[in-house]
Amino acid sequence: MIEAMAPAMASARGGCALELERVTIALGGRTILADTDLTVGAGEFVGVLGPNGAGKTTLLRAILGLVPLAHGTIRIAGEPIARGNPGIGYMPQVRSALAGRRLRGRDFIAMAADGHRWGLPRTDAATRAEVERVLDLVDGHALAERPLSELSGGERQRLLLAQCLLGQPRLLLLDEPLISLDPNHQRGVVELVRRVQRELGITVLFSAHELNPLLSALDRVLYLGNGSAALGTVDEVITRPVLSRLYGSPIDVMRVNGRIFVMSGDVEVEKHDHAHEGEPGAGNGHVHSHGHTHDV
Amino acid sequence: MFEYDFMVNAFAASGIIAVLAGIVGYFLVMREQTFAGHALSHVGFTGATGAALIGVSPLWGMIAFTLAAGLSMGALGERLAGRDVAIGVVLSLSLGCGLLFLHFFTAYATQITALLFGNVLGVTHTTLAILAGIAVASLVALGAIMRPLVFATLQPELAEAKGVSLRVVSMLFLTIAALAVAACTQIVGVLLVFTLMVGPAAAAQNISTRLRSGIALAAAFALAQAWLGVTLAFYTDWPTSFWITALAALVYLASLLARRRS
Repeated sequence: MIEAMAPAMASARGGCALELERVTIALGGRTILADTDLTVGAGEFVGVLGPNGAGKTTLLRAILGLVPLAHGTIRIAGEPIARGNPGIGYMPQVRSALAGRRLRGRDFIAMAADGHRWGLPRTDAATRAEVERVLDLVDGHALAERPLSELSGGERQRLLLAQCLLGQPRLLLLDEPLISLDPNHQRGVVELVRRVQRELGITVLFSAHELNPLLSALDRVLYLGNGSAALGTVDEVITRPVLSRLYGSPIDVMRVNGRIFVMSGDVEVEKHDHAHEGEPGAGNGHVHSHGHTHDV
Repeated sequence: MFEYDFMVNAFAASGIIAVLAGIVGYFLVMREQTFAGHALSHVGFTGATGAALIGVSPLWGMIAFTLAAGLSMGALGERLAGRDVAIGVVLSLSLGCGLLFLHFFTAYATQITALLFGNVLGVTHTTLAILAGIAVASLVALGAIMRPLVFATLQPELAEAKGVSLRVVSMLFLTIAALAVAACTQIVGVLLVFTLMVGPAAAAQNISTRLRSGIALAAAFALAQAWLGVTLAFYTDWPTSFWITALAALVYLASLLARRRS
Protein backbone atom coordinates (compact mmCIF):
# COMPACT_ATOMS: atom_id res chain seq x y z
CA MET A 1 0.00 0.00 0.00
CA ILE A 2 0.96 3.61 -0.19
CA GLU A 3 2.56 3.73 3.23
CA ALA A 4 4.86 0.93 2.21
CA MET A 5 6.44 2.51 -0.81
CA ALA A 6 5.31 6.00 -1.59
CA PRO A 7 6.81 8.14 1.20
CA ALA A 8 10.45 7.59 0.27
CA MET A 9 9.83 8.48 -3.34
CA ALA A 10 7.50 11.30 -2.48
CA SER A 11 10.06 12.99 -0.27
CA ALA A 12 12.83 12.41 -2.81
CA ARG A 13 10.81 14.21 -5.44
CA GLY A 14 9.46 16.95 -3.29
CA GLY A 15 5.99 15.59 -2.61
CA CYS A 16 3.03 15.58 -4.87
CA ALA A 17 2.57 14.57 -8.46
CA LEU A 18 -0.90 16.07 -8.71
CA GLU A 19 -2.82 18.59 -6.64
CA LEU A 20 -6.39 19.77 -7.07
CA GLU A 21 -7.24 22.89 -5.10
CA ARG A 22 -10.91 23.84 -4.81
CA VAL A 23 -11.49 22.57 -8.32
CA THR A 24 -14.87 22.82 -10.01
CA ILE A 25 -15.30 21.28 -13.45
CA ALA A 26 -18.51 21.75 -15.40
CA LEU A 27 -19.21 20.24 -18.78
CA GLY A 28 -22.31 20.87 -20.82
CA GLY A 29 -24.16 22.47 -17.91
CA ARG A 30 -23.41 19.53 -15.62
CA THR A 31 -21.06 19.68 -12.68
CA ILE A 32 -18.50 16.89 -12.83
CA LEU A 33 -16.55 17.99 -9.79
CA ALA A 34 -17.51 20.65 -7.26
CA ASP A 35 -15.01 22.49 -5.07
CA THR A 36 -12.74 19.48 -4.70
CA ASP A 37 -9.36 19.30 -3.01
CA LEU A 38 -7.10 16.31 -3.41
CA THR A 39 -3.44 15.42 -3.56
CA VAL A 40 -1.76 12.45 -5.23
CA GLY A 41 1.77 11.71 -4.07
CA ALA A 42 4.64 11.00 -6.44
CA GLY A 43 4.97 7.28 -7.15
CA GLU A 44 1.39 6.39 -6.34
CA PHE A 45 -0.82 4.06 -8.38
CA VAL A 46 -4.33 5.50 -8.15
CA GLY A 47 -7.36 3.73 -9.56
CA VAL A 48 -9.97 6.19 -10.86
CA LEU A 49 -13.44 4.70 -10.53
CA GLY A 50 -17.02 5.79 -10.65
CA PRO A 51 -20.26 5.17 -12.50
CA ASN A 52 -20.59 5.87 -16.21
CA GLY A 53 -20.70 9.59 -16.75
CA ALA A 54 -19.20 10.44 -13.38
CA GLY A 55 -16.47 12.31 -15.25
CA LYS A 56 -13.42 10.05 -15.21
CA THR A 57 -12.44 11.00 -18.76
CA THR A 58 -13.27 14.65 -18.17
CA LEU A 59 -11.08 14.78 -15.07
CA LEU A 60 -8.15 13.28 -17.01
CA ARG A 61 -8.71 15.76 -19.83
CA ALA A 62 -8.84 18.63 -17.34
CA ILE A 63 -5.46 17.55 -15.97
CA LEU A 64 -4.17 17.64 -19.56
CA GLY A 65 -5.48 21.18 -19.94
CA LEU A 66 -8.10 20.17 -22.52
CA VAL A 67 -11.14 20.98 -20.39
CA PRO A 68 -11.29 24.44 -18.78
CA LEU A 69 -11.80 24.60 -15.03
CA ALA A 70 -14.83 26.51 -13.83
CA HIS A 71 -12.96 27.27 -10.65
CA GLY A 72 -9.82 26.35 -8.75
CA THR A 73 -6.30 25.24 -9.64
CA ILE A 74 -4.68 22.00 -10.75
CA ARG A 75 -0.92 21.62 -10.32
CA ILE A 76 1.27 18.89 -11.72
CA ALA A 77 4.53 18.42 -9.83
CA GLY A 78 3.99 21.91 -8.48
CA GLU A 79 3.47 23.49 -11.91
CA PRO A 80 0.17 24.84 -13.25
CA ILE A 81 -1.47 22.78 -15.98
CA ALA A 82 -0.49 23.46 -19.58
CA ARG A 83 -1.56 21.75 -22.79
CA GLY A 84 1.22 19.64 -24.21
CA ASN A 85 2.98 19.19 -20.85
CA PRO A 86 5.78 16.70 -21.62
CA GLY A 87 5.71 15.47 -18.03
CA ILE A 88 2.39 13.71 -18.62
CA GLY A 89 1.89 10.50 -20.58
CA TYR A 90 -1.69 10.01 -21.77
CA MET A 91 -3.45 6.92 -23.05
CA PRO A 92 -6.87 7.91 -24.40
CA GLN A 93 -9.74 5.47 -24.33
CA VAL A 94 -9.03 2.93 -27.02
CA ARG A 95 -10.56 3.58 -30.41
CA SER A 96 -11.97 0.69 -32.36
CA ALA A 97 -10.61 2.33 -35.53
CA LEU A 98 -7.07 1.51 -34.42
CA ALA A 99 -7.84 -2.19 -34.70
CA GLY A 100 -8.30 -1.76 -38.45
CA ARG A 101 -5.06 0.14 -39.08
CA ARG A 102 -2.49 -1.74 -41.10
CA LEU A 103 0.31 0.44 -39.80
CA ARG A 104 3.39 -1.19 -38.31
CA GLY A 105 3.50 -0.93 -34.52
CA ARG A 106 6.91 0.70 -34.42
CA ASP A 107 5.85 3.49 -36.81
CA PHE A 108 2.70 3.97 -34.77
CA ILE A 109 4.69 4.50 -31.59
CA ALA A 110 7.31 6.71 -33.22
CA MET A 111 4.58 8.97 -34.56
CA ALA A 112 3.76 10.27 -31.09
CA ALA A 113 7.37 11.18 -30.31
CA ASP A 114 7.39 14.27 -32.50
CA GLY A 115 3.89 14.35 -34.01
CA HIS A 116 3.17 17.77 -32.58
CA ARG A 117 5.93 19.40 -34.65
CA TRP A 118 5.43 20.52 -38.25
CA GLY A 119 7.31 18.91 -41.07
CA LEU A 120 7.87 15.56 -42.72
CA PRO A 121 7.81 12.44 -40.54
CA ARG A 122 11.36 11.27 -40.15
CA THR A 123 12.86 9.39 -37.28
CA ASP A 124 16.27 10.60 -36.20
CA ALA A 125 18.64 8.54 -34.09
CA ALA A 126 17.42 10.07 -30.83
CA THR A 127 13.79 9.23 -31.60
CA ARG A 128 14.70 5.70 -32.64
CA ALA A 129 16.61 5.21 -29.40
CA GLU A 130 13.65 6.54 -27.42
CA VAL A 131 11.30 4.13 -29.21
CA GLU A 132 13.68 1.26 -28.38
CA ARG A 133 13.71 2.34 -24.74
CA VAL A 134 9.91 2.32 -24.37
CA LEU A 135 9.64 -0.98 -26.27
CA ASP A 136 12.14 -2.46 -23.81
CA LEU A 137 10.03 -1.25 -20.90
CA VAL A 138 6.91 -3.06 -22.09
CA ASP A 139 8.79 -5.96 -23.67
CA GLY A 140 7.16 -5.12 -26.99
CA HIS A 141 9.90 -5.56 -29.60
CA ALA A 142 8.26 -8.50 -31.34
CA LEU A 143 4.86 -6.80 -31.41
CA ALA A 144 6.31 -3.63 -32.89
CA GLU A 145 7.16 -5.38 -36.15
CA ARG A 146 3.54 -6.34 -36.83
CA PRO A 147 0.74 -4.13 -38.13
CA LEU A 148 -1.79 -2.95 -35.51
CA SER A 149 -4.60 -4.81 -37.26
CA GLU A 150 -2.93 -8.15 -36.54
CA LEU A 151 -2.52 -7.58 -32.79
CA SER A 152 -4.94 -8.62 -30.07
CA GLY A 153 -6.53 -5.98 -27.86
CA GLY A 154 -4.07 -6.69 -25.05
CA GLU A 155 -1.09 -6.49 -27.39
CA ARG A 156 -2.29 -3.16 -28.74
CA GLN A 157 -2.63 -1.86 -25.18
CA ARG A 158 0.98 -2.86 -24.58
CA LEU A 159 2.11 -0.73 -27.52
CA LEU A 160 -0.14 2.13 -26.43
CA LEU A 161 1.47 2.00 -23.00
CA ALA A 162 4.91 2.10 -24.65
CA GLN A 163 3.77 5.10 -26.63
CA CYS A 164 2.68 7.07 -23.60
CA LEU A 165 6.03 6.41 -21.93
CA LEU A 166 7.80 8.38 -24.68
CA GLY A 167 9.62 11.42 -23.36
CA GLN A 168 9.95 10.03 -19.83
CA PRO A 169 6.76 11.43 -18.28
CA ARG A 170 6.44 11.43 -14.47
CA LEU A 171 2.66 11.08 -14.50
CA LEU A 172 0.63 8.61 -16.56
CA LEU A 173 -3.06 9.16 -17.24
CA LEU A 174 -4.57 5.92 -18.49
CA ASP A 175 -8.19 6.15 -19.60
CA GLU A 176 -9.93 2.78 -19.32
CA PRO A 177 -7.08 0.56 -20.58
CA LEU A 178 -9.07 -2.53 -19.62
CA ILE A 179 -12.14 -1.78 -21.70
CA SER A 180 -13.18 -4.68 -23.95
CA LEU A 181 -10.35 -6.95 -22.76
CA ASP A 182 -11.04 -10.41 -21.39
CA PRO A 183 -10.09 -11.05 -17.72
CA ASN A 184 -6.82 -12.72 -18.66
CA HIS A 185 -5.61 -9.79 -20.74
CA GLN A 186 -6.93 -7.37 -18.11
CA ARG A 187 -4.66 -8.96 -15.55
CA GLY A 188 -1.74 -8.78 -17.98
CA VAL A 189 -2.24 -5.07 -18.60
CA VAL A 190 -2.61 -4.23 -14.89
CA GLU A 191 0.54 -6.20 -14.01
CA LEU A 192 2.47 -4.56 -16.82
CA VAL A 193 1.45 -1.05 -15.79
CA ARG A 194 2.28 -1.83 -12.17
CA ARG A 195 5.70 -3.23 -13.07
CA VAL A 196 6.62 -0.28 -15.31
CA GLN A 197 5.30 2.19 -12.75
CA ARG A 198 7.51 0.69 -10.03
CA GLU A 199 10.54 0.42 -12.28
CA LEU A 200 10.35 4.07 -13.24
CA GLY A 201 8.96 5.34 -9.94
CA ILE A 202 6.24 7.29 -11.70
CA THR A 203 2.69 8.19 -10.75
CA VAL A 204 -0.27 6.49 -12.43
CA LEU A 205 -3.93 7.46 -12.65
CA PHE A 206 -5.68 4.40 -14.05
CA SER A 207 -9.39 4.76 -14.77
CA ALA A 208 -11.56 1.66 -14.89
CA HIS A 209 -15.12 0.43 -14.74
CA GLU A 210 -14.39 -2.27 -12.24
CA LEU A 211 -12.38 -2.23 -9.08
CA ASN A 212 -11.46 -5.90 -8.80
CA PRO A 213 -8.93 -6.19 -11.65
CA LEU A 214 -7.00 -3.30 -10.05
CA LEU A 215 -7.09 -4.50 -6.43
CA SER A 216 -3.66 -6.12 -6.53
CA ALA A 217 -1.98 -3.07 -8.04
CA LEU A 218 -3.42 0.07 -6.60
CA ASP A 219 -2.21 2.18 -3.72
CA ARG A 220 -5.31 4.32 -3.46
CA VAL A 221 -8.69 4.77 -5.10
CA LEU A 222 -10.18 7.97 -6.48
CA TYR A 223 -13.92 7.41 -6.67
CA LEU A 224 -15.99 9.95 -8.57
CA GLY A 225 -19.75 10.41 -8.51
CA ASN A 226 -22.49 12.96 -8.03
CA GLY A 227 -20.15 15.91 -8.61
CA SER A 228 -17.97 14.79 -5.78
CA ALA A 229 -14.85 12.66 -5.23
CA ALA A 230 -13.31 10.49 -2.55
CA LEU A 231 -9.61 9.64 -2.47
CA GLY A 232 -8.20 7.08 -0.08
CA THR A 233 -7.25 3.48 0.42
CA VAL A 234 -9.73 0.81 -0.66
CA ASP A 235 -10.76 0.30 2.95
CA GLU A 236 -11.43 4.00 3.39
CA VAL A 237 -13.33 4.63 0.17
CA ILE A 238 -15.11 1.44 -0.80
CA THR A 239 -17.53 1.64 2.09
CA ARG A 240 -21.26 1.89 2.42
CA PRO A 241 -21.42 5.56 3.56
CA VAL A 242 -18.85 6.93 1.10
CA LEU A 243 -20.27 5.15 -1.96
CA SER A 244 -23.85 5.89 -0.99
CA ARG A 245 -22.92 9.56 -0.98
CA LEU A 246 -21.17 9.31 -4.37
CA TYR A 247 -23.96 7.33 -6.02
CA GLY A 248 -26.69 9.35 -4.35
CA SER A 249 -28.51 6.16 -3.45
CA PRO A 250 -28.05 3.40 -0.85
CA ILE A 251 -25.07 1.19 -1.70
CA ASP A 252 -23.90 -2.05 -0.14
CA VAL A 253 -20.33 -3.28 -0.23
CA MET A 254 -19.70 -7.02 -0.09
CA ARG A 255 -16.40 -8.79 0.13
CA VAL A 256 -16.13 -12.33 -1.15
CA ASN A 257 -12.84 -14.23 -1.47
CA GLY A 258 -10.76 -11.08 -1.71
CA ARG A 259 -13.06 -9.57 -4.29
CA ILE A 260 -15.26 -6.57 -3.63
CA PHE A 261 -18.76 -6.15 -4.97
CA VAL A 262 -20.51 -2.80 -4.94
CA MET A 263 -24.24 -3.36 -4.91
CA SER A 264 -27.25 -1.14 -5.23
CA GLY A 265 -30.18 -3.22 -4.00
CA ASP A 266 -29.57 -6.56 -5.65
CA VAL A 267 -27.69 -5.20 -8.68
CA GLU A 268 -23.92 -5.04 -8.91
CA VAL A 269 -23.32 -1.46 -10.00
CA GLU A 270 -19.97 -1.76 -11.71
CA LYS A 271 -21.08 -4.71 -13.78
CA HIS A 272 -24.44 -3.19 -14.60
CA ASP A 273 -23.81 0.49 -14.89
CA HIS A 274 -26.34 0.76 -17.63
CA ALA A 275 -29.11 -0.38 -15.35
CA HIS A 276 -28.55 2.80 -13.37
CA GLU A 277 -28.43 5.31 -16.12
CA GLY A 278 -32.03 6.33 -15.78
CA GLU A 279 -31.72 6.93 -12.06
CA PRO A 280 -31.30 10.45 -10.79
CA GLY A 281 -28.33 9.60 -8.58
CA ALA A 282 -26.27 8.34 -11.46
CA GLY A 283 -25.88 11.71 -13.11
CA ASN A 284 -29.17 13.36 -13.99
CA GLY A 285 -29.84 11.18 -16.98
CA HIS A 286 -26.88 12.54 -18.94
CA VAL A 287 -24.82 9.50 -18.27
CA HIS A 288 -25.21 7.99 -21.71
CA SER A 289 -23.66 10.86 -23.51
CA HIS A 290 -20.61 11.28 -21.40
CA GLY A 291 -18.49 8.29 -22.22
CA HIS A 292 -18.79 9.03 -25.90
CA THR A 293 -18.36 12.75 -25.84
CA HIS A 294 -14.64 12.56 -26.36
CA ASP A 295 -14.52 9.61 -28.68
CA VAL A 296 -14.30 11.78 -31.73
CA MET B 1 2.83 8.84 -80.17
CA PHE B 2 5.14 11.50 -78.72
CA GLU B 3 5.37 13.19 -82.12
CA TYR B 4 2.05 14.86 -81.21
CA ASP B 5 2.24 17.91 -79.01
CA PHE B 6 -1.09 17.11 -77.33
CA MET B 7 0.21 13.69 -76.34
CA VAL B 8 3.29 15.19 -74.72
CA ASN B 9 1.05 17.58 -72.82
CA ALA B 10 -1.26 14.75 -71.85
CA PHE B 11 1.59 12.69 -70.46
CA ALA B 12 3.05 15.62 -68.56
CA ALA B 13 -0.30 16.76 -67.13
CA SER B 14 -1.53 13.30 -66.19
CA GLY B 15 1.85 12.45 -64.67
CA ILE B 16 1.91 15.56 -62.48
CA ILE B 17 -1.70 15.13 -61.36
CA ALA B 18 -1.37 11.41 -60.75
CA VAL B 19 1.52 11.86 -58.35
CA LEU B 20 -0.32 14.67 -56.55
CA ALA B 21 -3.61 12.77 -56.42
CA GLY B 22 -1.96 9.55 -55.26
CA ILE B 23 -0.14 11.23 -52.37
CA VAL B 24 -2.99 13.47 -51.21
CA GLY B 25 -5.38 10.54 -51.70
CA TYR B 26 -3.28 8.42 -49.36
CA PHE B 27 -4.18 10.78 -46.52
CA LEU B 28 -7.82 11.11 -47.61
CA VAL B 29 -8.11 7.33 -47.31
CA MET B 30 -6.23 7.25 -44.02
CA ARG B 31 -8.50 9.93 -42.59
CA GLU B 32 -11.58 8.17 -43.97
CA GLN B 33 -12.50 11.38 -45.78
CA THR B 34 -12.82 9.95 -49.27
CA PHE B 35 -16.36 11.25 -49.39
CA ALA B 36 -14.95 14.75 -48.88
CA GLY B 37 -12.98 14.31 -52.10
CA HIS B 38 -16.18 13.45 -53.89
CA ALA B 39 -17.99 16.42 -52.34
CA LEU B 40 -15.22 18.85 -53.27
CA SER B 41 -15.36 17.85 -56.91
CA HIS B 42 -19.14 18.35 -57.05
CA VAL B 43 -18.84 21.83 -55.58
CA GLY B 44 -15.99 22.49 -58.02
CA PHE B 45 -18.35 21.73 -60.91
CA THR B 46 -20.55 24.67 -59.87
CA GLY B 47 -17.49 26.89 -59.67
CA ALA B 48 -16.24 25.84 -63.10
CA THR B 49 -19.56 26.35 -64.85
CA GLY B 50 -20.24 29.60 -62.99
CA ALA B 51 -16.86 30.92 -64.00
CA ALA B 52 -17.49 30.00 -67.64
CA LEU B 53 -20.78 31.86 -67.47
CA ILE B 54 -19.14 35.11 -66.38
CA GLY B 55 -16.26 34.67 -68.81
CA VAL B 56 -13.56 33.48 -66.42
CA SER B 57 -11.49 30.34 -66.95
CA PRO B 58 -13.37 27.31 -65.54
CA LEU B 59 -10.17 26.06 -63.86
CA TRP B 60 -10.01 29.18 -61.65
CA GLY B 61 -13.72 28.91 -60.83
CA MET B 62 -13.16 25.28 -59.91
CA ILE B 63 -10.19 26.13 -57.68
CA ALA B 64 -12.01 29.00 -55.94
CA PHE B 65 -15.05 26.86 -55.13
CA THR B 66 -13.17 23.75 -54.00
CA LEU B 67 -10.92 25.89 -51.78
CA ALA B 68 -13.91 27.59 -50.15
CA ALA B 69 -15.62 24.24 -49.68
CA GLY B 70 -12.48 22.60 -48.29
CA LEU B 71 -11.94 25.37 -45.75
CA SER B 72 -15.54 25.31 -44.55
CA MET B 73 -15.59 21.52 -44.29
CA GLY B 74 -12.39 21.66 -42.24
CA ALA B 75 -13.78 24.37 -39.99
CA LEU B 76 -17.11 22.59 -39.43
CA GLY B 77 -15.21 19.36 -38.79
CA GLU B 78 -17.03 16.93 -36.57
CA ARG B 79 -20.28 18.83 -36.90
CA LEU B 80 -20.51 17.41 -40.42
CA ALA B 81 -20.20 13.83 -39.19
CA GLY B 82 -23.33 11.79 -39.65
CA ARG B 83 -25.11 14.46 -41.71
CA ASP B 84 -25.23 12.44 -44.88
CA VAL B 85 -28.59 13.78 -45.95
CA ALA B 86 -27.64 17.44 -45.49
CA ILE B 87 -24.38 16.90 -47.36
CA GLY B 88 -26.18 15.01 -50.10
CA VAL B 89 -28.66 17.86 -50.54
CA VAL B 90 -25.84 20.41 -50.84
CA LEU B 91 -24.00 18.22 -53.34
CA SER B 92 -27.02 17.68 -55.57
CA LEU B 93 -27.77 21.38 -55.33
CA SER B 94 -24.27 22.24 -56.50
CA LEU B 95 -24.50 19.86 -59.46
CA GLY B 96 -27.94 21.29 -60.20
CA CYS B 97 -26.60 24.87 -60.12
CA GLY B 98 -23.78 23.78 -62.40
CA LEU B 99 -26.34 22.44 -64.82
CA LEU B 100 -28.29 25.69 -64.70
CA PHE B 101 -25.16 27.74 -65.43
CA LEU B 102 -24.43 25.49 -68.39
CA HIS B 103 -27.98 26.04 -69.58
CA PHE B 104 -27.46 29.83 -69.63
CA PHE B 105 -23.97 29.43 -71.06
CA THR B 106 -25.41 27.22 -73.82
CA ALA B 107 -22.24 25.20 -73.81
CA TYR B 108 -21.52 22.44 -76.24
CA ALA B 109 -22.00 18.93 -75.03
CA THR B 110 -18.27 18.27 -75.41
CA GLN B 111 -17.46 20.95 -72.82
CA ILE B 112 -19.93 19.46 -70.35
CA THR B 113 -18.51 16.02 -70.96
CA ALA B 114 -15.00 17.35 -70.46
CA LEU B 115 -15.96 18.83 -67.09
CA LEU B 116 -17.74 15.70 -65.93
CA PHE B 117 -15.42 13.05 -67.31
CA GLY B 118 -12.18 14.88 -68.00
CA ASN B 119 -10.27 15.66 -71.17
CA VAL B 120 -6.59 15.05 -70.74
CA LEU B 121 -5.94 15.26 -74.47
CA GLY B 122 -7.09 18.88 -74.52
CA VAL B 123 -4.59 20.24 -71.96
CA THR B 124 -2.89 23.44 -73.16
CA HIS B 125 0.58 24.66 -72.22
CA THR B 126 -0.96 27.33 -69.97
CA THR B 127 -3.09 24.77 -68.12
CA LEU B 128 -0.07 22.53 -67.79
CA ALA B 129 1.90 25.34 -66.13
CA ILE B 130 -0.96 26.07 -63.73
CA LEU B 131 -1.30 22.38 -62.86
CA ALA B 132 2.43 22.10 -62.20
CA GLY B 133 2.23 25.15 -59.92
CA ILE B 134 -0.71 23.69 -57.99
CA ALA B 135 1.05 20.35 -57.62
CA VAL B 136 4.27 21.86 -56.27
CA ALA B 137 2.43 24.18 -53.86
CA SER B 138 0.17 21.36 -52.57
CA LEU B 139 2.99 18.89 -52.08
CA VAL B 140 5.18 21.41 -50.26
CA ALA B 141 2.26 22.31 -47.99
CA LEU B 142 1.47 18.65 -47.38
CA GLY B 143 5.11 18.00 -46.48
CA ALA B 144 4.98 20.84 -43.98
CA ILE B 145 1.93 19.46 -42.13
CA MET B 146 2.54 15.74 -42.64
CA ARG B 147 3.75 14.87 -39.15
CA PRO B 148 0.88 16.43 -37.19
CA LEU B 149 -1.53 15.27 -39.92
CA VAL B 150 -0.65 11.61 -39.40
CA PHE B 151 -0.68 12.04 -35.62
CA ALA B 152 -4.05 13.82 -35.60
CA THR B 153 -5.50 11.21 -37.96
CA LEU B 154 -4.47 8.11 -36.04
CA GLN B 155 -4.72 9.41 -32.47
CA PRO B 156 -6.72 12.61 -32.33
CA GLU B 157 -7.11 12.70 -28.52
CA LEU B 158 -3.43 12.18 -27.92
CA ALA B 159 -2.46 14.71 -30.59
CA GLU B 160 -4.79 17.23 -28.98
CA ALA B 161 -3.24 16.58 -25.58
CA LYS B 162 0.21 17.17 -27.07
CA GLY B 163 -0.90 20.57 -28.30
CA VAL B 164 -1.90 19.83 -31.90
CA SER B 165 -4.93 21.82 -33.05
CA LEU B 166 -7.14 19.24 -34.76
CA ARG B 167 -9.18 21.94 -36.47
CA VAL B 168 -6.17 23.75 -37.93
CA VAL B 169 -4.72 20.48 -39.20
CA SER B 170 -8.06 19.50 -40.71
CA MET B 171 -8.55 22.87 -42.42
CA LEU B 172 -5.04 22.89 -43.85
CA PHE B 173 -5.37 19.35 -45.12
CA LEU B 174 -8.74 19.92 -46.76
CA THR B 175 -7.36 23.05 -48.43
CA ILE B 176 -4.62 20.90 -49.93
CA ALA B 177 -7.16 18.24 -50.87
CA ALA B 178 -9.30 20.90 -52.53
CA LEU B 179 -6.40 21.98 -54.75
CA ALA B 180 -5.63 18.37 -55.62
CA VAL B 181 -9.26 17.67 -56.50
CA ALA B 182 -9.47 20.76 -58.70
CA ALA B 183 -6.32 19.68 -60.53
CA CYS B 184 -7.49 16.08 -60.74
CA THR B 185 -10.75 17.00 -62.45
CA GLN B 186 -8.70 18.34 -65.37
CA ILE B 187 -7.63 14.77 -66.12
CA VAL B 188 -10.50 12.50 -65.13
CA GLY B 189 -13.35 14.96 -64.60
CA VAL B 190 -15.65 15.81 -61.71
CA LEU B 191 -17.33 12.43 -61.53
CA LEU B 192 -14.20 10.28 -61.56
CA VAL B 193 -11.77 11.90 -59.12
CA PHE B 194 -12.11 8.77 -56.99
CA THR B 195 -10.25 6.79 -59.57
CA LEU B 196 -6.97 8.68 -59.11
CA MET B 197 -7.34 9.88 -55.52
CA VAL B 198 -8.87 6.92 -53.75
CA GLY B 199 -8.22 3.78 -55.81
CA PRO B 200 -4.38 3.87 -55.82
CA ALA B 201 -4.20 5.06 -52.20
CA ALA B 202 -6.53 2.33 -50.95
CA ALA B 203 -4.55 -0.29 -52.87
CA ALA B 204 -1.30 1.02 -51.38
CA GLN B 205 -2.72 0.76 -47.86
CA ASN B 206 -3.74 -2.81 -48.55
CA ILE B 207 -0.21 -3.73 -49.46
CA SER B 208 2.09 -1.61 -47.31
CA THR B 209 2.13 -1.30 -43.53
CA ARG B 210 4.62 1.56 -43.53
CA LEU B 211 3.95 5.21 -44.11
CA ARG B 212 6.74 6.08 -46.49
CA SER B 213 6.46 3.06 -48.75
CA GLY B 214 2.66 3.39 -48.68
CA ILE B 215 2.80 6.97 -49.95
CA ALA B 216 5.35 6.02 -52.63
CA LEU B 217 3.19 3.10 -53.75
CA ALA B 218 0.06 5.26 -53.95
CA ALA B 219 1.88 7.76 -56.16
CA ALA B 220 3.37 4.96 -58.30
CA PHE B 221 0.00 3.24 -58.80
CA ALA B 222 -1.68 6.51 -59.77
CA LEU B 223 1.14 7.36 -62.16
CA ALA B 224 1.02 3.93 -63.79
CA GLN B 225 -2.75 4.14 -64.16
CA ALA B 226 -2.59 7.59 -65.71
CA TRP B 227 0.22 6.94 -68.20
CA LEU B 228 -1.00 3.51 -69.16
CA GLY B 229 -4.52 4.93 -69.50
CA VAL B 230 -3.36 7.70 -71.84
CA THR B 231 -1.33 5.20 -73.89
CA LEU B 232 -4.21 2.74 -74.19
CA ALA B 233 -6.55 5.57 -75.15
CA PHE B 234 -4.14 6.61 -77.89
CA TYR B 235 -4.05 3.16 -79.45
CA THR B 236 -7.68 2.16 -78.95
CA ASP B 237 -9.31 5.57 -79.37
CA TRP B 238 -11.46 4.79 -76.34
CA PRO B 239 -11.79 7.53 -73.68
CA THR B 240 -8.75 8.00 -71.42
CA SER B 241 -10.91 8.22 -68.31
CA PHE B 242 -12.42 4.82 -69.06
CA TRP B 243 -8.96 3.24 -69.19
CA ILE B 244 -7.87 4.97 -66.00
CA THR B 245 -10.95 3.75 -64.11
CA ALA B 246 -10.50 0.23 -65.48
CA LEU B 247 -6.86 0.16 -64.40
CA ALA B 248 -7.79 1.58 -60.97
CA ALA B 249 -10.28 -1.22 -60.46
CA LEU B 250 -7.70 -3.76 -61.56
CA VAL B 251 -5.02 -2.42 -59.22
CA TYR B 252 -7.42 -2.35 -56.28
CA LEU B 253 -8.57 -5.91 -56.97
CA ALA B 254 -4.97 -7.11 -57.21
CA SER B 255 -4.15 -5.40 -53.90
CA LEU B 256 -7.04 -7.22 -52.21
CA LEU B 257 -5.74 -10.54 -53.49
CA ALA B 258 -2.19 -9.70 -52.39
CA ARG B 259 -3.44 -8.77 -48.94
CA ARG B 260 -5.37 -11.99 -48.56
CA ARG B 261 -2.35 -14.03 -49.49
CA SER B 262 0.03 -12.27 -47.10
